[in-house]
Formats: sequence, structure tokens, C-alpha cells
Amino acid sequence: MTTFWAKRRTAIFGAIVVLVTAGVTAYALSAIAENDRRTSRATEATTTSMTQIEKGPRILFRHTGRDADYGHVGAVALDDPGGARALTDLSCDRVYAQARSVSCLATEQGVVSRYRATDLATSTPGKAWREVDGTDLPGLPSRTRISPDGQLVSSTVFVNGDSYMVSGFSTRTLIRRVGGASYGDLEKFSLVVDGREVSPVDRNIWGITFADDDRTFYATVATGGRTYLARGDLTERSLTTVADHVECPSLSPDGTRIAFKEADKAGTRWTPAVLDLATGRRTVLAGETHSIDDQIEWLDDDTVLYGLEREGEPVDDVWALDTSASATPRVLIPEAASPAVLR
Amino acid sequence: MYLSLSDRPTTSAEPRQSGGRVSRTVVTLGIVSLLTDISSESVSAILPLYLTAVVGLSPVAYGLIDGLYQGVSSLVRIAAGWAADRTDRPQPVALAGYAMSAVARLGLIFAGGFGTISAAISLDRVGKGVRTAPRDAMIAASSDPAHLGRSFGVHRALDTIGATLGPLLAFVILWRIADGYDTVLVVSLGFAVLGVATMACFVPFRTGAVRRTAPRRGEPRPKVRWRTVLTPGLARVTGVSGVLALLTIGDGFVYLALLETGGFAAQWFPVLYVGTNLAYLALAVPMGRLADRVGRVKVLVLGHLPLAAAYLCAATGSGALWTTCAAVLLLGVFYAATDGTLAAVAGQLVPEEVRASGIATAQTAVALARLVAATGFGLLWYAVGPRIAMLAVCAVLLAAIPAGLAVMRRAVR
Repeated sequence: MTTFWAKRRTAIFGAIVVLVTAGVTAYALSAIAENDRRTSRATEATTTSMTQIEKGPRILFRHTGRDADYGHVGAVALDDPGGARALTDLSCDRVYAQARSVSCLATEQGVVSRYRATDLATSTPGKAWREVDGTDLPGLPSRTRISPDGQLVSSTVFVNGDSYMVSGFSTRTLIRRVGGASYGDLEKFSLVVDGREVSPVDRNIWGITFADDDRTFYATVATGGRTYLARGDLTERSLTTVADHVECPSLSPDGTRIAFKEADKAGTRWTPAVLDLATGRRTVLAGETHSIDDQIEWLDDDTVLYGLEREGEPVDDVWALDTSASATPRVLIPEAASPAVLR
Repeated sequence: MYLSLSDRPTTSAEPRQSGGRVSRTVVTLGIVSLLTDISSESVSAILPLYLTAVVGLSPVAYGLIDGLYQGVSSLVRIAAGWAADRTDRPQPVALAGYAMSAVARLGLIFAGGFGTISAAISLDRVGKGVRTAPRDAMIAASSDPAHLGRSFGVHRALDTIGATLGPLLAFVILWRIADGYDTVLVVSLGFAVLGVATMACFVPFRTGAVRRTAPRRGEPRPKVRWRTVLTPGLARVTGVSGVLALLTIGDGFVYLALLETGGFAAQWFPVLYVGTNLAYLALAVPMGRLADRVGRVKVLVLGHLPLAAAYLCAATGSGALWTTCAAVLLLGVFYAATDGTLAAVAGQLVPEEVRASGIATAQTAVALARLVAATGFGLLWYAVGPRIAMLAVCAVLLAAIPAGLAVMRRAVR
């Protein structure tokens, strides 16, 4: 056995090298071919012009069809969300829009990946969006929101560098005035948890939603292994918790309710839920049985929207769900994610 | 001070090479590490993106996984060192470690949920913990004691080349294939398999064995006693290294402090790791040679001076580019001076039949102390701010270095 091994080991090693190299090369080449085929294929969805869509209320989203327009921002008419879509050349990981402002968070892949937030302004229907402001981001895009008047923009990213710290994950959330000053890192705002002012070392803040007074916002604050819903004040630079066990809040158009994702015990699955701000009553929308990891958007005062990946297929769809406990979800916009409703 | 143990009888199964050339086994082990590091670092580079963007884990779940990543490895290291000594066969123990990581890569390709992914990542880290000490014991056993520092230098340089190429490879793939995460995982698996094959085919089964023949059937296996492992010398080296590791706050913090002072833009963060790696791989062999000449213990302890200097750069840097470059390079010098040297020193301070256990003990103490240091420094950072925190640790470190040197000197006499 030993002599056999000593004699043959070079041949055996050579065989392994050939097999591994051939296998890996074949896989890589077919992946490249598939990639090229996919990125040159025209979209299967019916399309229309942006001039047509921008004439009326609409839903902006990130197109997720595996085709040449993958990752591009698209839009459908609010009254025909399953119908024809208009597609732009703008590539975003996350997109949001309010009034005449669009926020686009994008990754520029490279040996050093760059992450960038770009603010754009829309004007007359069909006219190209104009870039008005932008900033480099310190990590992987996660959430973005714009205030109802289009003046404030927020971004949440995962910070890779911080993950070298204590035990990993960290977010950085910023609020900026479009074309103006930044309010800086929200971790530097004063923080009141359950009525007491604290300055925990492990705080993380993510998922902003703006009220319509250009000053108040809501966010998730995590510290000590718990998550809270906090009300923020840009003038006082403060965050005050108002409820716990809430992630990625989203204020309803009438400002009375917060839609959010509620984590299970292990913190790895989320169910959409709604909190009434006046009464504190929670409704878990258990009709959705998939885990939802998105910042929810409101279609109207009784319906929420969110992106969800198809099972076994890397394509997202935007789903709609009534805010009653027993409602069942339905696909509203196929091949889409990151919805933003422009009424 | 010079640690020459050449008066010990050499009973290793493989004859040691003396003088000029680095042992073939050391180079082969270096190539195994190079291949394995291409494999593991190409995945590490894309893991945050892959888990959050493709698998769809939230950052909280990702944080849990990252915690696993850090913690698991040190726990199994001592057990593996013990197993290598007890069986007197470090090669198969190390091989098992490499194989576990390769299986973990395969698992990661098919993993889809939180549970399977964390299982695959833990298995990878267990594999890393298992292989480290037996491999270092084999390096020590295959080297001329007079050139031990250089041997470890050669191994760490090859290892670091792999760690630098891995992320580069991942980025090239992602640049060519828009979301080619699967391709990165498959390529990574390929390199892991090549590492295992190199180890199995070209590192002889008996490498690092102390006794020429396997114990006969019925003959009791050699006992590995804690008392034999923890010689007064090793206890001091472990203690001093552990205390110094408590003051080693981690590259991440140094880079973050530089980020706070505006020394560079955030998107260049990954480049800093590359810079440190390049300095490390360029200096690993010269530092090993230096350690062989002036004394390994001296280099091991004084190697923390560049670390203190890096803290100073980060704390006092006014945002100038040169302070960033200096800090990045100084961290590389620190690793080049201390990482391989620790294994070399520890392996020489215990009887050779418990060498893997001895190396594992010192490495585990350092790894655990660094985890504590990172957490503790996090608290200090928020309490007093990066500048004061950094200066405080720098001052304590500067005081600890001469004290450590004094204690270590006594250990060696």
C-alpha cells in the first residue's frame, strides 16, 4: 500500500488537478455564457413609455426580470399595476420616490466596490430625471426613504468595516436634506429608551420613515438584543422609543399607523404587522406565511406592499396585502422589488 | 537569550534539513495554506454581500453568523493539538481539518437558509481550528531549529499570498458575471480540493511524528499530560503573549479610527486590509530570519512596538494620507514579527512529543485574549472616544513590552 501510494501519488494528484480545473472552468464558462445571454435578452414584460406612465399616479420599483433591464428602475400606472411598465436606464439596488424626488442607492462593483446614493428630480412627464445631489455610502445599501414633500432623504447601509468590531453586524443610517446639509449619523442623536436617556455602545439604527412635518421621523433602534420603534426629531436631534419589537417602520399615508416587520423568537423570520399609533394595538398579518425582509410601503391606507423572492428562483415580485389579520397576499407587480407609490 | 535547542535529540521521522534551504515540507505546507486561503478568503470577501443580497438574511442574522465565524475556531484548536500529540500523527489531523473546510464549501453551495449556512460556516471554522496547531507542529518538526523563524516566515508569506489573491479572484469573477456568487463558491471549492490533494499527496503521513514506528497493537498510546505541556517556559510565553494580545485591539479599530480622522474615504476600507497583507507577506521571511539571528523571543515581544506605533498614527493622525499608509504598513510589520514567531517559540519550549499541544495552547490564549480585547476596546471607544482610547491602549502597551521582555528572558534562561 505504502509503495503503491508513493509511486502513484503524483499521478493521482495530477488527475485531481485536471478534474478540478476542468470542472471549475466548465462551470465558470457556462456561468459567463448564461450571464451574457441573460444580460442581452429583452424583457418579457409588456412595456410602455415613461411619458405615458408619468402622466398619472404610479408605482416606481426596481425591475427584477432576468434580462437586459435587470436592476433598472421601472414604473407602472397605479390603476394598472400588473400592466405595461416603463423602464429607465437607472440601475439601483434600492429605489424610493416621493413628490418630485427619487433616491437611488447603488453598488458600483469593482476590486473596491463603491456604494453611492444619488438623488434625482423628475419634472415634466417623460423628461429625463435630473441628478441633483449624491454622496458616497460607507457600505452595502439596505433601505432608503424620502419625506412626503421630497425634501429629506434617508439611507441605511450595512457597514462592512464595523463587522470587524464586537461581533459583527452594524448599520449606518443617515438623513440628508436633498441638495443641502446632512444631519449626520443617527447614532450620534440623543437616545431615550423607555423614558431614560441612555448612550449604549451597541446601538444600531435602521429603516427610517418620515412624517409630513419635515421634522418628525420613525426608525428602528436596536440595543441590548432588543429592537424598538423610536420617534425621531431632526430639530432636537433626538430619538425616543415608543414601542418595542418593531423593525423597518413605515408610516401610513394618513399618519395614524405604522406597518413593520415583526421578528420571530430566533430573529431570523419576519411577519408583516401593523401598529396603531394612538391605541398601541398591533395586528400581525399572519396571512403572509413567507418571511418578509423588506421595508413595507403603503399602497393606500388599508393595503401594504413589499418585495418577496420567488421560491427557487432569483426573481422578486411586489406583493399586496390588506391590513386585516386574515387577509391573504396577492402579487401586485411581477418581476419587481423596492416599490414606491406616487399618488 | 537565543533559543537553541539543538542539544535535543532529533528523533523525528523525517530528517531535518540543515543550513541553507527551507525544508520541502515547509514549502509544501505553505502551498497548501496558499490554496486554502485563496479558497476561504474569496468566500469571506463576498459573504456579507452573498448572505444579505442573495440568500436574503437580515443584518441581524448576519451578525450572528459573523459571531460564529470568530468564536468557534479557538475552541477546537487545543483539542486538535492534543489529538495530534496523542496519536503522534499531526499530518492526518491537519488533513482532516483541511478536508472539513472543503466539505463546508460544498455545503455553502447548497445551503439556502439560516441553519444550513451557519452550520457550513461553523464547520469551516472548526476545520481551521483543527488544522492550525498540527500544521505548525509539522513545520517545527521539519525545520532546522536554527532556522525555525525563517521556516515559519516562508510558510506565513505563502499563506498571506493566498489571502491576498482570494478576494481579488472573487472580485474578478463578480466583475465578469454580474451576480456570480455561485461561481465564486464553485471556484473556492476547487481551490479547497486542490489544497487537500496537495496535503494528502505530498506531505508524508509520518511528517512531524516523534517516534519512528506506530505503537504496536496493545501497546499503550503516549499520554499527553497537561503538566508536560505547560512547561514553565511555555506558561510564561503564553502568559506574556496573552497579556500583549489583550492590548491588540484588531485592525478593524485602527482602520475605523483612521476613517474618523478622515484619513481616507469609506469605500477604500477593503484596500487597507490588502495593504497590511502585502506588508506582512513582504516582511514575513526577513522577520523570521531576524528572529533566528537576534532571538525569537525578542522579536516576538518587540514586534508589538510597530503595533503601538500604528495606534499612535491612528490616534494622532490629522487625516494626512501618509499616517494612513504608515498605520497600514506598521500593522503588517507587527503580524510579520509576531504571528509565525509565536508558533516557533511555543513549539520550542515544550518536549517535542507534545509540540502540537504546546503551540495550540499559546495560539488559543492569544486568540481568546484578542476577542476580549476587541469587545473591551469597543466599550472604551464609545466611553472616551477613539483618540483617547487609542492613546490609552498605546501607553499601556508601551509599558507592557519591556515588562514582557523581562518575564520572557527569565523563561528562557
